[in-house]
This record gives sequence, structure tokens and C-alpha cells, in this order.
Amino acid sequence: MNAFVVNLIAAMLRVATPLLLAAVGETFAERAGVLNLGIEGTMFFAAFLGFFVADATGSLWIGLLAAIISGVLAGLLMALLSVTLGVNQHVSGLGITLLLTGLALFAFRLRYGGRSTPPAIPPFPLLDPLPNVPILGNILQQYLLTYVAFLVVAPVAWWLLYRTSFGLNVRAVGENPEAADAAGVNVFRIRYLALGIGGGLMAAGGAFLSLSQLGAFTHGIVAGRGWVAIALVIFGNWHPIKVMLGALIFGGTFALQLRLQAIGLQLPIPYESFLALPYIVTLVALVLAGRNASYPAALLKPYRRE
Amino acid sequence: MRGITKRFGPVVANDRVDFSLRPGEIHALLGENGAGKTTLMRILYGLYRADEGQIIVEGQPARIASPKDAIGLGIGMVTQHFALVPPLTVAENVVLGYTDGFRVDPARVRAQVQEAAARFGLEIAAGALVSHLSVGERQRVEILKALYRNARVLILDEPTAVLIPQEVDTLFATLRRLCADGLSVVFISHKLKEVMAISDRVTALRDGKLVGTVDTAQTAPAQLARMMVGRETFGVARQGERTPGEPVLQIERLGADDDRGLSMLKNVTLSIEAGEILSVAGVGGNGQRELAETLCGVRRPRAGRILVNGQDLTAARPHEFTAAGVGRIPEDRHAGAVGELTVAENLALEHLGEFTRGGVLNREAILSNAAALIAQFQIKARPTDRARTLSGGNLQKLLLARVLSRQPCVVIAPQPTRGLDIGATEYVRNELLAQRERGAAVLLISEDLDEILALSDRIAVIYEGEIVGVAPAREADVETLGLMMAGATREGARVREAV
Amino acid sequence: MFEKLSRPRLRIEKAPAPPWQRALIPILALLITFLLTSGLILWGRANPFEAYYYFLVEPLSSRISALEVLVKATPLILTGVSVSFAFAAGYYNIGAEGQLYAGAIAAAWLGVALRGVPPALAILLMIFGGFAAGMLWALVPALLKVKLAVDEVVTTLLLNSVMAFIVSALLNGPWRDPKSGWPQSPEILLNTHFPKLVPRSRLHLGFVVAIIAALLLWFIVSRTSIGLKMRAVGLGKQAARFAGVSVSRTMLLAALVSGGIAGIAGVSEVAGIQFHLIGELSPGYGYTGIIIATLGALQAIGVAAAGLFFGLISTGAQTVSRALGVPVYLGDVTQAAMLLVTLAMLLLQRYRIRRA
Repeated sequence: MNAFVVNLIAAMLRVATPLLLAAVGETFAERAGVLNLGIEGTMFFAAFLGFFVADATGSLWIGLLAAIISGVLAGLLMALLSVTLGVNQHVSGLGITLLLTGLALFAFRLRYGGRSTPPAIPPFPLLDPLPNVPILGNILQQYLLTYVAFLVVAPVAWWLLYRTSFGLNVRAVGENPEAADAAGVNVFRIRYLALGIGGGLMAAGGAFLSLSQLGAFTHGIVAGRGWVAIALVIFGNWHPIKVMLGALIFGGTFALQLRLQAIGLQLPIPYESFLALPYIVTLVALVLAGRNASYPAALLKPYRRE
Repeated sequence: MRGITKRFGPVVANDRVDFSLRPGEIHALLGENGAGKTTLMRILYGLYRADEGQIIVEGQPARIASPKDAIGLGIGMVTQHFALVPPLTVAENVVLGYTDGFRVDPARVRAQVQEAAARFGLEIAAGALVSHLSVGERQRVEILKALYRNARVLILDEPTAVLIPQEVDTLFATLRRLCADGLSVVFISHKLKEVMAISDRVTALRDGKLVGTVDTAQTAPAQLARMMVGRETFGVARQGERTPGEPVLQIERLGADDDRGLSMLKNVTLSIEAGEILSVAGVGGNGQRELAETLCGVRRPRAGRILVNGQDLTAARPHEFTAAGVGRIPEDRHAGAVGELTVAENLALEHLGEFTRGGVLNREAILSNAAALIAQFQIKARPTDRARTLSGGNLQKLLLARVLSRQPCVVIAPQPTRGLDIGATEYVRNELLAQRERGAAVLLISEDLDEILALSDRIAVIYEGEIVGVAPAREADVETLGLMMAGATREGARVREAV
Repeated sequence: MFEKLSRPRLRIEKAPAPPWQRALIPILALLITFLLTSGLILWGRANPFEAYYYFLVEPLSSRISALEVLVKATPLILTGVSVSFAFAAGYYNIGAEGQLYAGAIAAAWLGVALRGVPPALAILLMIFGGFAAGMLWALVPALLKVKLAVDEVVTTLLLNSVMAFIVSALLNGPWRDPKSGWPQSPEILLNTHFPKLVPRSRLHLGFVVAIIAALLLWFIVSRTSIGLKMRAVGLGKQAARFAGVSVSRTMLLAALVSGGIAGIAGVSEVAGIQFHLIGELSPGYGYTGIIIATLGALQAIGVAAAGLFFGLISTGAQTVSRALGVPVYLGDVTQAAMLLVTLAMLLLQRYRIRRA
């Protein structure tokens, strides 16, 4: 049973990693006043591109880098549409998701054709910092990106938002762009930056799936994790550390249902109900937390000077 | 500023305007709403670009393309709608866009801002959240923000509109002290008394054109009034005393929450008779909006009763209020009409039942209804125009038409003339008086004491959601009303409880 | 005198563009989109001109493939209408995909249960059943929105994922086809099949249903009081509430009708094309419906036109794929790119070009 809990915690951290990265990315975008529904497509495309480039160059790192660059560009495209052109954020974000999903599928089919077995590459290895320590050692057997997400990305995101002039500008621009503008803040530049950073993080989350967790690319690789990340941002009240908590809850539920499936609980219920469980838990968490959610006041509103 | 011209489409907001400001002076910019005062100053602050003309700062031609440029030249502006971010602290708002370096240490920033506040003699808690501050305090934050950026020119756009008389005195004292230290102030206003009291020189604008600049010491209010409006007095005022009528709208111990769920209205009891205008005076944000919304069913009361002609409407829905003969002119014009719908659709929206057969719209009836109301209320629009294309005055006429054409027995009018030009203001005031003549009970909610004194039969003062006194208008004086609006007096010596 | 010397030059002003410039916008958007997708075609080692022939002309050159365009347009028009209903009332229903499957589940069940029922009645029951199922699946997020102010975008998206698991659970569990063992529901009875409109084609009753749905969209939104209320709520919530319109009731109604019509799209695919419930019933029709509703400006005519055009693109993408080996996903990319390009171009409406 002890092994059960240890495995559960280890899996929780692993499952939460892509969500944490993506949700922190979305936090930046929304804190600056832009709902980026391009998140799902950004993750999907990054998962593909990371795999594709890693496969082509033989370097996982170049794959990861390419994926992150694609995410930054996707974020900037969202900025072009929603910030510069002032297009409806719901529609432009979904449009980006559909475009990037289609592009990834197109390119995947073109490159790998109709092979019977999906291609695979050796993924990033698990780090094992404490190989001889019984429980903690097992829990700490994680991918480098997991360490980065929890120990670097989330705290640094917090620090950026609450302890730097950039973060102050982001928060001001998302709450009251008129005031920020009058105070001499370049609203457009801040929103571009926030969306660019956010897109890069979303892409890192997507690339984690193909380069660390799976070592392959499949059509169902992201499976709505982008939408879950958006729910986590609301759940976490646009605060990186609380968002991390939300990612852990989802990760925990997901890991739990995996273990329950693996144990082979002979219950007369289909395994899909386990799979759906994390989504339902997210939904319930959203409903419970959403009542006190204080949305950034300028979210969804394009800024115009005159 | 020399020869400044600014056009908005076909409208010329500023027409070759010259304006100069000397070091250490308080220069009033006087004019009616829509005269172009704010536009001129928004150009100086980089929020608008002038189509023609040039700006010279300390002898050098200046290019001001954004507030950042203006700040760099030592120009600061406090706009009517404060440019503050409510969820941030005072200190964060002050340093926003003006931080030294990338890192922002909250404790250090707070200390810096607190020190600056002390230096400029402004009483503010730097660590407080702006959302918790009163309007007067927010204005001080705005002034501090400008001074913190080393402003040598401070533009104040109608700074007293949101203040009670006593806060105005404090503001004036602060401004005089700052000017003694070399600050120059542009004071935008349309209130003659204040201009006479605070300014060294006055520049008057009318219809976007410069009328002239005079030394305050060598002018008189009558001359300024002539410069501002082209004539000496305002037209609309209540004529004669009313004959007492039956109480139509009775509000008993009404209580209601604000948007955050906190108790806002407390124990409000008022009674308005037929053929009477009762005004609710008070500083903005003291429960006026909640009162108006509760009285038309948009907001649910938490306690008390609302009676219209004896009919209990306490928790009724908006359409039930309408059916009972309550007409309300919306406080925010733009939120009162659906901009993307047509004039005709907006006019029909409140009484859709009369324009439908079996759920299907009768489009001819909707259009002819609109045509009739457009003629009757002199709205400059066609029935098929989208409401958003109307000017503020015409939009207000549209909303008046929708409400008043039903001959309501109660008219609720929160801030009905805010932001309108002088012609439209007179039109609205005349309409309210016409409703009074017709025998309607009119509840006027206003922050403009001149308007209240000109129109009302009785005046009630609201403070922190409570009615702190009611008096016949002929017995009220500005001094006492001001004290009551500030919450200083519950019942002033000369204001008798009249309920 | 001086005027003659100055060169006439073009000037861009911020003012509404005249009608002739507006008419150019969709054409320009189309050209830019195709220019962008040409890159993909070249990458697929095909000649763009040849590809565009197969893409846009070839499907219309034969009767059967032209009818296939209408077949492909059927679910797209339905989901486009569904999304338009919700968006018109300012309710961002992104859940048409899940609601479509809800309708499909109802159709797969009724299609087996309605044994011995006369075809006309059976088909009517299928349609109503699908409508009810789509409505039911839309009910939860709609109630959460109007009662608890929970953002409907996130909830409808999450429920799409949940619905995918429900479908998978059904197909791998109780509904697995007993004959073939494939993850598909048992074939529906003949009396519940939608009748063919044209013999020896796949065009079925669903297309007529889609056109009726579009007509209903036009009639309800622009000709009824509930439609005016929907528009008022969608365009100005506060003002609508002020005028006595019940915002939550109107929104709820729009959300439910939207879900119901998406459900009918699912019925149409099951009873008109597949005759089974399958996991791949919809290649994202619910999401494409959002593009179609947007491009169609939430108007019946626009939605129908966009649906037909996207039907052409879907059919054409298959033709290109067969003829030139360019992956069929070219169609998805083109559709999404067209949305983004058009949205960006619409802003040109605010400007006009004229001689200064």
C-alpha cells in the first residue's frame, strides 16, 4: 500500500507538469486581459513540432526549443488578432486552436504518412537524484521539465507578477488599461509580451507530453488538457501558486484513476468513467471556486485609445 | 499651445485655440460641457493628437504623442474618471509606469511613496488598496501620482465634481500651497464660483473656440458667465409652489446590498406626492445607484417596502414596476439602450407585448411607434438608425421618450443631465418640470446642487446609504446641504425633518 | 492654382468603408487564405493551381460529388445555426461538439428501440429525441451560467471531453456491435433511416432539416419578440435587463435551443449517413460550427452560405487528397485560416481609401 501512495504522488507530479506549465502561461495572458483559447492548439502543435524536430535532428533539446518558439509565435499571433486588431477573443483563440491542430495533423500525415505503428523516439530520461533513499527517492524520480515547472516556472512567474515592474504593468493592463496607458505604460507591448511568454509556456507543456511522457505523438495527446488549464487558472484565482495547487488536484485525480484502473478494481463500471473523473473534478472545483472568482476587469475587452 | 485644432469626424472639438500657462499660476479653463476644454488638455497630455497647431514647453516646440512624452516634459493630468487600478495598492498605482529598475520591492516602494506623500503634504496611506479608498482620497492619489513623476504642470479635469464642499476647501488649500512652491495648475471647470475662488487667470472656451483670457482679479462672475455661455443666466427653474397632492411613491425603511453583497441602503424612508419633485442630493457612491435600481426592480431589496399608489411592489420585477406606472430614466445612458439595436427596437423593447402577435413582432407598429416618438420628443434620428450612432443628448431623448410616453405616475431620474451639453440639459430639465406639472411624482437623484436647487420642491440628502435629512427646497442652503452630504450633521439646524 | 500642382495620392481614413470596398473584403480574404495554404500544398509536393482545381472545381463538376458537398454541408449548417442561436444571445456555447454526440446517442438508442413504428413517426421521434438530448447536455453549463455565473466557455469545453468518454464507454461496453465486434453501436432499424433526397446519392433528409433550422434561425431572431430579446441580451445585457427583459431566462432559452439543434446534427449524421453511433462521427463539426457562425455573422443566410462553402472545402480536401496525395487536413487548415484572415480583414471596414 505504501508503494501505492508513493507511485500516486510521483504520478501526480508527472501528470500535473504539462497542466502547470500551460496554466501558468494562460495566467500571464489573462492577467494582461486576454483570454487565450489558442492554448489547446498551441499545446497540440508544440507536442507535434517538438517530436518532429527531435526526430529529424536527433536532439530532444532542439525539439523542445523549436516547440517553445512555435508557442511564442502562436501567442504573438493571438496578440496580433486580439490586441492590435481587437478581434473577439473567444473566436480568435478558438480559430488559432483549430488552425494549429489542423497544421499539426497535416504535417504529421505528410511526414509519417499512414504507417501502421506510430513512430517513437527515446524520450527525456527520468532524473533520479536520490537513488538510495526509499520513499522520497521514488517520488523524486521525475523528468527535468517537472522540476523546472514546479521549482522554477511557478515561483518565477509569481516573482515576475508580484515583484517586478513588468508584473505590475501586466496586472495594471489587465485591470484598467486606460489607467495604465495614462501612467505611461505601453498597453500593447505589455500584452504582446504576456501573450508571447504565455504561449511559450503552453508550448513547453505540450512538448512535455510528446518528448518526456510519451516519446511519441498521437492524435489524442493533449485531449482537452488546454481547457483544463483554463479552468485551473480560474480555480487558482489568477495566482501562479494557487494555480499550481489546482494542477496538483487534477494531477492527483488523474493519477488516482490510473492506479485504480491498473489495480484492476473489478467494478461494474467502464474504465472511461475513471478517465472522465479528472474533468468532472475540475468542473466541480471550478463551480466551487468560480463563485468567488475575481476576473481581471479588462479580460475580453480590446483596448482602444480613442 | 498655439492654434490647436482637433476634429472628431465632422465635429470640430477645438478650433485654433491658443492657451498659455505661467509658472506657479492656477489657470482656470472655463466652459460648458462640450466646449472643448477636456479635449484641449487631453491633447496636451498626449491622449489625443492635434490635427493642427503646436505645443511649446519652456520655449521649445514639443512633440507629445503619448502620456509618456507628456510625463517626460513634466506634465501630469488628473482625469474626471480616475485612472487608477482599484485592486492595486496606492503605492503600486503611484509607481506604475514609473518604476526605477525591473525589481519592485513592495516594502521599499511603499516607503518611497509614503515619504513622497509627506513631502507634498498629501495625507494618504501608501499601503492601502485603492478599491478601499473614498473618492477624495483617490483624487489625492492621482495628484500624488503626477507629483511623484516630477510634474511641474498639473491638469485637473473638473476636480470638484466628485467632492463635497469641505473636501473642495482642502483641495484648494493643497493647490495653493503647491503653487507657492512653483507648480502650475490647469483647473478645468464650469463652476464660476470655484473659478473665481481659486484661479489667477481664466481662459474661456465656447463651442471649441477660444473666447478670451482674463485676469481673475479684474473680472466678475457675470462677465465669465457671458464668456462661457454667451448670456448671463441659466434658463430652467421651477416655477411657483405646488399644491399638495396625494403620496404616490412611498418607500418605507428600505434596505439593499451593493454589488459586493455589502449592506448599502439602510432604512431609507421617503414619500413623494403627485406633482412634486423630490431630489436626493449626495456625493456619488453613497447609495444613489442602489436606490434607483431598487426602485425599478433591477436590484432586490433586503428590507422594507416600496408602495406605488398603495400597491406593494417590494420584490417586484422590472416589468411589474413598469406596469404599475413607474418610469425610470437610466443612470448610464449607454447601458440604458442597446447600441447595436435600432432606435425603433430600443423604443419597443420595454413593451414588447404591445408589438407582438403570438410572439411574432409587428414591425409596422414598431416603426410607426418610433416615428411618432421621434417627432414628439424631437429626436434627431431615423427609426432604423442604430442607437449607438446617436449623440448623448439624442440618446437621452430616446430614453426619455421610452419612459415618458407611457405617462408614468412615478418618474425616477438618476443623474439625468450628467455629461449632456447645455441645450440637451435644458431640454431634460424642462421635461422633468413638465412631468411635475402633469402630476407625476418625480424622484431626481443628482450630484449637481445647482440643478437640485433649481428644480426640486423638497430635498433629501443621502449619506452612506441613509437619508440624513429632508427639507423643503426654499429652506435649504448650500452650506448646510454640504455639511450633511459630508456626514457632518445628521440634521442641520435650519433643515427640518419634513417627512 | 496650387492644387493642380499637388499629386493626387491615396489616403486611408478612419471612417466606414463604402459598400464597394466592403464587398471586396471576403474576396480578398479568400485570396489571402489560398495564398497562405499554397505553402502547404507546395510542401505536399503538389502544384497549387492543380490542387485548387481539385479543391474547388472538381467537386462541382459531377452531379454525385456536387451532392456530396451538400451532404458535407448538412452537419456544418446545423452546428453553425446552433452556435448562432447561442452567440446571438451572448452565450458562448463552445459545447456544440458534445451536444452533437448527445443527440447521436439518442438517435442510436431510438433507432434500435423504435421497432415497428411507422417511418414518418419514427423519424420525427428521432429528431425530437436528438433535440431533447442535446438540450439536456447543454442544460448543466447553462444553469451554472445563469444561476452561479460560472463561465460557460470553460464548462462547455470540459463537457466536450466528458462526452467523448461517455461515447467511448458506450461503444466499448454495452453498445459494442454484437455482429462485427467493432466499437460501434448496433445498426439502426430501416424505419428510422432518414430517406434519401436523391436516389443513389448520400444526400438525405438531414439537409432539408438543416435548411429549415436556418430559416427558423432567421425567423426567430429577426421576427419574434423572443429573438429581439435574445439580441438585446447579446448586444447589451445591462440595457436589456433595464428594459425588463429577463436576462437569465433569455440566455437559458438560447443555450437550450442551441444545444438542441446541435443534437439534431448528431441525429442527422447517425440516421442519414452512418446508421451506427461511432467514435469518429464528428471530425469537429461542433467547433467548425463556431467558424461558420462567425463567418456567417450569426445570420441565417450567412450561416447557410458559409456551411455550403465549407462543405465544398471538406469535399475538395478529400478530392485533393485522393488525386495528389496532399493530406486531407488541408481542409481544416483552410477553414481555420479563412476565419482568422476574415476576422482580421473585417477591421478594414472601419477604414476607407480615397484620394486626398
